[in-house]
Amino acid sequence: MTDAADLRRRTAELLAAHPAADTGPLDFLRARFDAGLAWVHFPEGLGGLDAPRALQAVVDEELAAAGAPDNDPRRIGIGLGMAAPTILRYGTEEQKRRFLRPLWTGEEVWCQLFSEPGAGSDLAALATRAVRDAAGNWVVDGQKVWTSSAHQARWAILIARTDPGLPKHRGITYFVCDMTDPGVEVRPLRQITGEAEFNEVFLTGVAIPDAHRVGEVGEGWRVAQTTLMNERVAIGGARIPREGGMIGVAAENWRARPELRTHDLHQRLLKLWVDAEAARLTGERLRQQLSQGQPGPEGSGMKLAFARLAQEISGWEVEFLAEGGLTYDDWTLRRPEGVDFTGREAGYRYLRAKGNSIEGGTSEVLLNIVAERVLGLPPEPRTDKDVAWKDLPR
Amino acid sequence: MTAPMTGGTPRRSAPAPAPDPEPDLLYSDHEEALRDAVRSLLADRSDPATVLARLESDAPYDARLWRSLATDIGGAGLLVPEKLGGQGASAREAAVVLEELGRCVAPVPYLTSAVVAVAALLGCDVAEPEVAALLGALAGGGTVGVLALPLATAPGAAADGPVAGGTGFGSVRAAGDGALVGRVTSVADAAAAETLLVPAQGPDGPALYAVDAAADGVRTDPFIPLDLTRPLGHLTFDGAPGRLLATGGRARAAVERALLTGAGLLASEQLGVAEWCLAETVRHTSERTQFGRPVGSFQALKHRMAALWLDVASARAAARNAADALATESPDTAVAVAVAQAYCAPVAVRAAEECLQLHGGIGMTWEHPAHLFLKRAKSDELALGTPGRHREALADLVALAAP
Repeated sequence: MTDAADLRRRTAELLAAHPAADTGPLDFLRARFDAGLAWVHFPEGLGGLDAPRALQAVVDEELAAAGAPDNDPRRIGIGLGMAAPTILRYGTEEQKRRFLRPLWTGEEVWCQLFSEPGAGSDLAALATRAVRDAAGNWVVDGQKVWTSSAHQARWAILIARTDPGLPKHRGITYFVCDMTDPGVEVRPLRQITGEAEFNEVFLTGVAIPDAHRVGEVGEGWRVAQTTLMNERVAIGGARIPREGGMIGVAAENWRARPELRTHDLHQRLLKLWVDAEAARLTGERLRQQLSQGQPGPEGSGMKLAFARLAQEISGWEVEFLAEGGLTYDDWTLRRPEGVDFTGREAGYRYLRAKGNSIEGGTSEVLLNIVAERVLGLPPEPRTDKDVAWKDLPR
Repeated sequence: MTAPMTGGTPRRSAPAPAPDPEPDLLYSDHEEALRDAVRSLLADRSDPATVLARLESDAPYDARLWRSLATDIGGAGLLVPEKLGGQGASAREAAVVLEELGRCVAPVPYLTSAVVAVAALLGCDVAEPEVAALLGALAGGGTVGVLALPLATAPGAAADGPVAGGTGFGSVRAAGDGALVGRVTSVADAAAAETLLVPAQGPDGPALYAVDAAADGVRTDPFIPLDLTRPLGHLTFDGAPGRLLATGGRARAAVERALLTGAGLLASEQLGVAEWCLAETVRHTSERTQFGRPVGSFQALKHRMAALWLDVASARAAARNAADALATESPDTAVAVAVAQAYCAPVAVRAAEECLQLHGGIGMTWEHPAHLFLKRAKSDELALGTPGRHREALADLVALAAP
């Protein structure tokens, strides 16, 4: 079993063979992957050493201290967080060898083609079709939406309907889609903030070889669950400092602008501060549970708490700024690589936070999940479960 | 107005940093074993129907249950070092006991005697025979001791002179011979107490005295409390003989320690109250059928319970943080306690209010125990400082000054 000391030794060997100062970033990242120090819990030969996941921190700390280049995880978050664990679990050996290394080094960016204009929270209602041709390969037609990184992506994970005669969860298949293929068209989707983090993706006669299918035909919903679970497990890892995140910006504003203080705003700020501290402690408790190998159900609720707090704090902040709250920093159409809540002004935060209770599972859906899976409350009655997708009202 | 938390300490100009080393927010195996012991005792002896029946009797608290909890399980002495006759455990273990007591609104003087009174004595000079003897008696569970301050007194009240929300040392005067004169209102478990720890203004300033509750010159007037499971009484001292335990800064620090410990661990009781309310509501709405469906399958209701679950999960983190800070004497204790009280008190009240509402008509009756939890939760919201007072304390502690 690989332990912390072993990882430290291997990290030292990597640094000795590839000194951070005079190795190109990509060469270093490739060497790191090949040494099994990319994601240590992955199998040997695929960037890992079959080590406990918690030990990743040992490697990351040593490499950060040595000034080694990182793979810019923010830029490739969808690949790391969603595509990789799904391919690892359901992909063929050939798919794992082909995709995981350039995914991890950041040479190839991934995006996710799941949501559709007609299938948001009810994701399994998706209408994008994949039809098998005579050679056993696939032709895909449809429209996807809310696709981050599509304009930079080389590959996409895609779910499409392969049998409309089955009930909606059973007729779906999971694919890897080549974003450079003819028939893939990416258009920016401008948001409430003025910028375009996301895209619409139009798929017209896109040819996908059967070798790029992940899992069995008709098993796409089950495969997608792995992807979605990993999307929500993103919390954990680093310790969050007190006043980390948005409450810190609000508190600093309060300290810096005594002329704007009112009693009403003071009462509300203190309440938000307590709520933010309680949420931080809840995340900290979850982190401690994870590090002991006993994940608690708190993770299901953390996104709910984060969304509510972000919206309340940013709304408070705009109000606190008084006349300053009437301005906006920049309405220019921009294509940011990620969300930066603290790098822009209060008005931006206020508007962007509206998405927090919608993206990655709406708060209403998450409340249902908590109620049914954590509390064990009876499920909502379902009318669509056994009806063929083609017969559902649309 | 903000209550000073520590007399004479200058205000911080920067927020209190998060504690380092990190607080342990989990439960140890040892703590879970203690929980199991307390829970099985309470399941046998203090289920809601039993608590309800007892309220109709004249006994102020369940003496048999108290003896089992305090003596047989050793719960009374958890905070007392072994060499002084206790279990040598910490606030983390006492917090687990309080979670279980909250879960069944048990009518025992645990918070008042085993937590607040013990913490006050631990703040005195334990080398003094009088202090050591009292600690031993409280730790053994043979004696019930109560700090003679109004239940609503918040930490910070031990500063010089009376402050809003608590009377500190201002209500009782002590003569040179230790004779006490004065009146303290709304003291929790006053009628159950055998020993009263009385903060008073002595000839040389603040001092803490011990008084036998049965002594001449002590009168206890019970009154009808909102929370029947934690009886209250007014105490009147008319020349009662006090034995001096501590004076001056030591007495103030002892009382402050008692209030801070009490407030921090009360959060765990509130967590227990909220947990029972949520669990019982989930159980009821899963079973109760209306309109041809279990009512718990309606989204309007299940969302309310899911939101409450998240609040309870956060309350657990906040309460554990306070218990751990108290156990490790962390420099972050004042912040941890204020956060825990400001957060957990409203969660317990909301859980009890939701419990009552989501039970429908039965929730509004005397037969169903929901009312016991509502009364405890609302009374706990006032106990040891309201959420608003704890938020005011935070304003100073984390440098978020009022306008």
